[in-house]
Amino acid sequence: MRAVLRIVLPVALIAALVGLWQIAASTGWIADALDLEPFLVPSPAEVGDALWHNRTLLWDNTWVTLREILFGLLAGTLVGIALATAMRFSRLLRDAVFPLTVAVQAVPIVVIAPILVVWFGYGLWPKVVIVAFAVFFPITVNLLDGLRSVDPEAVKMMRTLDASRWATFRRIEVPTALPSFFSGAKVAVAVAPIVALFAELAGSNSGLMRLIIQDNANLEIARVFAATVILIVIGVLLVGLTALAQRLIVSWR
Amino acid sequence: MSVAARGLSHSYGELRSLRGVDLAVGDGEVLALVGPSGCGKSTLLEIVCGLREPSAGEVEVGGAAGAAGRLAHCAYMPQRDLLLPWFSALDNAALALRNRGVGKAEARREAGKLFARFGLAGFEAARPGELSGGMRQRVAFLRTLVAGKPVLALDEPFASLDAISRAEMQGWLAGALRAEARTVLLVSHDIEEALYLADRVVVLSARPGRIVAELRAPDPRAADRDAAVTAPAFVAAREAALRALHAGATADPKPPAVPFGPLGAKRNSWRKGAGR
Repeated sequence: MRAVLRIVLPVALIAALVGLWQIAASTGWIADALDLEPFLVPSPAEVGDALWHNRTLLWDNTWVTLREILFGLLAGTLVGIALATAMRFSRLLRDAVFPLTVAVQAVPIVVIAPILVVWFGYGLWPKVVIVAFAVFFPITVNLLDGLRSVDPEAVKMMRTLDASRWATFRRIEVPTALPSFFSGAKVAVAVAPIVALFAELAGSNSGLMRLIIQDNANLEIARVFAATVILIVIGVLLVGLTALAQRLIVSWR
Repeated sequence: MSVAARGLSHSYGELRSLRGVDLAVGDGEVLALVGPSGCGKSTLLEIVCGLREPSAGEVEVGGAAGAAGRLAHCAYMPQRDLLLPWFSALDNAALALRNRGVGKAEARREAGKLFARFGLAGFEAARPGELSGGMRQRVAFLRTLVAGKPVLALDEPFASLDAISRAEMQGWLAGALRAEARTVLLVSHDIEEALYLADRVVVLSARPGRIVAELRAPDPRAADRDAAVTAPAFVAAREAALRALHAGATADPKPPAVPFGPLGAKRNSWRKGAGR
């Protein structure tokens, strides 16, 4: 019963809000209240229409933005894992690199993004670098914390069971760190789309943000909403897939 | 394989945990160490296993005096079962083989051979969370045995179990040792357990631990545990051990090395990391 309600209730709530919006927009209440032309306040039906009629244009730009997000996440996660692992194995390296990591993370994306566009152009890779830049830190810090939270008694036990440093890392530290790693991954996945949009804002010739800026200027509001709906779906899918991966991989919890 | 220690002392900074302990455990002998909590018996076990170095004195396990050599000869079973929740019971038991580079299939086959004998048949694929306390302890013991080390160091192996499961597990361990003799060092705070399982029981004083008495168990690992632990000789040995324990707990005229009071919190944090 509770399981059914957990699906039915949020769906019903969203449907009700969309319905309310449909009524308020189609009857012109919102436009009247804001003193606007009705075409500036599209109803959900009109947004759906825009989604369908512009599907090729929207899909082409979605594909661009999606690649920026996914490659950025992949690169940032790999860098984060490599950094955390290296810092776990070498105390010296951790002492040397960790302050730098914090400093790099503190560089405002808002400042660095336009510079990267100047250096590397309008293509895909500057965006990937910017997303990776924003994503590696939560991965590194959470993974490192997870690796360090290992039970010292378990490590002692592994030593008497002839474990090498690597065996202890693989069989004890990594599984111990996984829940913490996924906490970092969830932050990364939530941040990545926002950063990708910002990177496009700094300079691009395609992508959803590019399209949104254009459409806003041309008062194509329905298509702006359509692009926003796509971004919401991407965000929800990313968080949902990460949570699913966690449940499948950290199956003992 | 035999274990010998001469004049072992150990301290954690200012705090002396062991003072001049001499031990000799013969091949295939079971020696129990009992003493008040915090008397350094776990530290002593860790020193023998090569997990720690003494501040003074010597230890040899099968002729090996270095920490690495001792570690190679000893299998240590900690107080908590420390089964890894991400592995099945079988993979937990096979851990030592996997650590030595044995392939997964072969390690599982080797460890799996012992499951029936330990009353764990059918639970190979179970995750530790699905097992009862007694079964978890048996898997942990199996993991220690599969390591194939000649010396077993058991640190209060059944302390986390309720009284009934504990008695059951003592009977079970006695059976396992009757079937296959091993050199065992058993740390316990339970005198009955020590006198039932061990050939000899060494009583340690309060910190810093030193040996205050040594008793020979009347009927080690008897098949009928209930009869053995209520026999007059057992009860007498138990009384002697209790008296030695109480004398050792109070006889030391020196005040504790670290005073109680404001330093209490610090002392506790120290114990968490190193005491057990």
